[in-house]
Amino acid sequence: MNEIWPWILLAGLGAFHGLNPAMGWLFAVALGVHRQSSAAVVQAVPAIAVGHAVSIALVAGVLVAAGLFVDQDRVRAAAGAGLIGWAVWHHFVGHGRRVRIGMRTGLAGLALWSFLMATAHGAGLMILPALIPLCLADSPLREMGGDESAAIAIAAVGVHTLAMLAVTSLVALAVYRWIGLEILRSAWLNVDLVWTLVLLGTGCVLLIV
Amino acid sequence: MVTWKPDPSFYPSPRMAMKAAPETLAYVVAFDPTRAVPDELAVVDVDPRSATYSQIVTSLPMPNVGDELHHFGWNACSSCLCPNAPHPHAERRYLVVPGLKSSRIHIIDTKPDGRRPSLFKVIEPGEVAERAGYSRPHTVHCGPEGIYVAALGNAEGKGPGGILLMDHETFEVRGQWEMDRGPQQLSYDVWWHLGHDTLVTSEWGTPDTFENGLIPEVLLGAKYGRRLHFWDLHKRKHLQTIDFGDKYQLVFELRPAHDPTKAYGFVNCVVSLEDLSSSIWVWHRDGTQWAVTKVIDIPAEPADPDLLPPMLKGFSAVPPLVTDIDLSMDDRFLYVSCWGTGDLHQYDVSDPFKPKLTGKVRIGGIVSRASHSGAKNGALNGGPQMVEISRDGRRIYFTNSLYGAIDEQFYPDGISGWMVKLDAEPDGGIAFDEKFFVEWPKSHRPHQVRLQGGDCSSDSYCYP
Repeated sequence: MNEIWPWILLAGLGAFHGLNPAMGWLFAVALGVHRQSSAAVVQAVPAIAVGHAVSIALVAGVLVAAGLFVDQDRVRAAAGAGLIGWAVWHHFVGHGRRVRIGMRTGLAGLALWSFLMATAHGAGLMILPALIPLCLADSPLREMGGDESAAIAIAAVGVHTLAMLAVTSLVALAVYRWIGLEILRSAWLNVDLVWTLVLLGTGCVLLIV
Repeated sequence: MVTWKPDPSFYPSPRMAMKAAPETLAYVVAFDPTRAVPDELAVVDVDPRSATYSQIVTSLPMPNVGDELHHFGWNACSSCLCPNAPHPHAERRYLVVPGLKSSRIHIIDTKPDGRRPSLFKVIEPGEVAERAGYSRPHTVHCGPEGIYVAALGNAEGKGPGGILLMDHETFEVRGQWEMDRGPQQLSYDVWWHLGHDTLVTSEWGTPDTFENGLIPEVLLGAKYGRRLHFWDLHKRKHLQTIDFGDKYQLVFELRPAHDPTKAYGFVNCVVSLEDLSSSIWVWHRDGTQWAVTKVIDIPAEPADPDLLPPMLKGFSAVPPLVTDIDLSMDDRFLYVSCWGTGDLHQYDVSDPFKPKLTGKVRIGGIVSRASHSGAKNGALNGGPQMVEISRDGRRIYFTNSLYGAIDEQFYPDGISGWMVKLDAEPDGGIAFDEKFFVEWPKSHRPHQVRLQGGDCSSDSYCYP
């Protein structure tokens, strides 16, 4: 609980999620160039962050609930196996799945799109290594109490989302204002591949440690 | 197919795609009208610096006979960069080549050597019918949910036709696209406005009304396609029908503006039953609905009945038969193929409601039989048909065959295939490239042209 590294990890993963064009900044830029308005970019980013946060919160909620009844080691093992399974699914099947939200969607649609994208990518699962030591400090949770654990989980989701929001806003505005969409051709590295590897690596860490 | 960077032939916007390097290869599907030898994909050298410029460098035969290769497309394109459905690390590598007659879909690999493509996979008609309930695959576009293939018939070869979806990496037929078809029955072309979440389809006829040629009674009875259908691209739901009226038949090729913020496009009507003219229409927004406005009329030309095929003798006129159109990447020039008269028109459509004729060439034609300086035999038959524009808008390629059974109805002596190229001036004006004339081998007739790296009817964009 007193350690700082899980918080740094949460913020770092938030920044990583924010950097990924597929998680939202590109959508914000697209809406900006369509509507020729930087206000459209600025409005889109929080909606995207909210959708992302709800997806992350869902995983955190499940984790806290599981922690109330199950031993931490078993939660950790199950989460590790789940992550590895998700990485495999994401690599082989995930590409074929599309979120059917159009370019003329409103802010609610944007939030829903972001929620579905984050969920399908396993964004919440990726932050489990940071969440487990924070939320399941005493195992099982009966000693620490579900309330306290839930409060920490909410704080964790908040830290992750703020980091994501900051990076997404920064990149979206920079691309919209100064850099231009040409950057997609040169700098859009295959984040999906990195993402799969991070999911896989995280799963292994949870199983081994 | 894992790559670290997006395919270099993908561009976020049409503006950027115009800056692409000139194409060096063209892929052309060609079919054998006698169904004796396999249809083939021909690779034509279009690099003026090459020793084999304007020659067919390779022909890849299909594994069967009688497919009638017609329209085709890429497995992936610039729409992979769209923000709401990003999959930018797919490769534009495979050509998806359906047989309109056989309903067989061929997947052709253009790597590692674009001059020597190879057959990668064949999807048999049974799989198409079983998974999607369709047959007679026609138009192929890469888009938000994978590869969209318009099909003209259902599994039994009747109506309704519609769209099937394929995975753009595994080429698995994923099923029928429509979730709510509404009144739509006939199918032909499909395209979309990605920025407006709208899909548009046009109509031809059910396979029994076109596979043996146009049926005069059906045509004169105004029973061929004449409607546009507008759909919600993401909910896959029919929204609106526009009927052109019983005067207009064969409302065919859809060319939406490339700029995704613009909500208009062009469509050709092949023939008016009143005076055999062809017309070009613009579809556009009208409040919350879509509407159409006729913007170009191309009249039939009076002709000596002795020079006309039996189908036209009674009319003493050559219909222009506008069977294909294409829109330049900057949405400025519209090219119009008059397969009957032999003209190819260039219009400035900067104002889509007020087109200006800025260029015109003539080659072939039912009566005119105009020649080309590269042709050895003088008079040419067939006429401008499938037309394709380079991404920068400076080069226009076209071939002369329409469809096996229909070719003979208008050109009874059969069609000797050719492919030509025009050079276009930046501000309008077109002229033949005298050095580019591909005399097609007699065994086959050429149809659609696709350019390496994309062209003006193979990509769609999410950013203006």
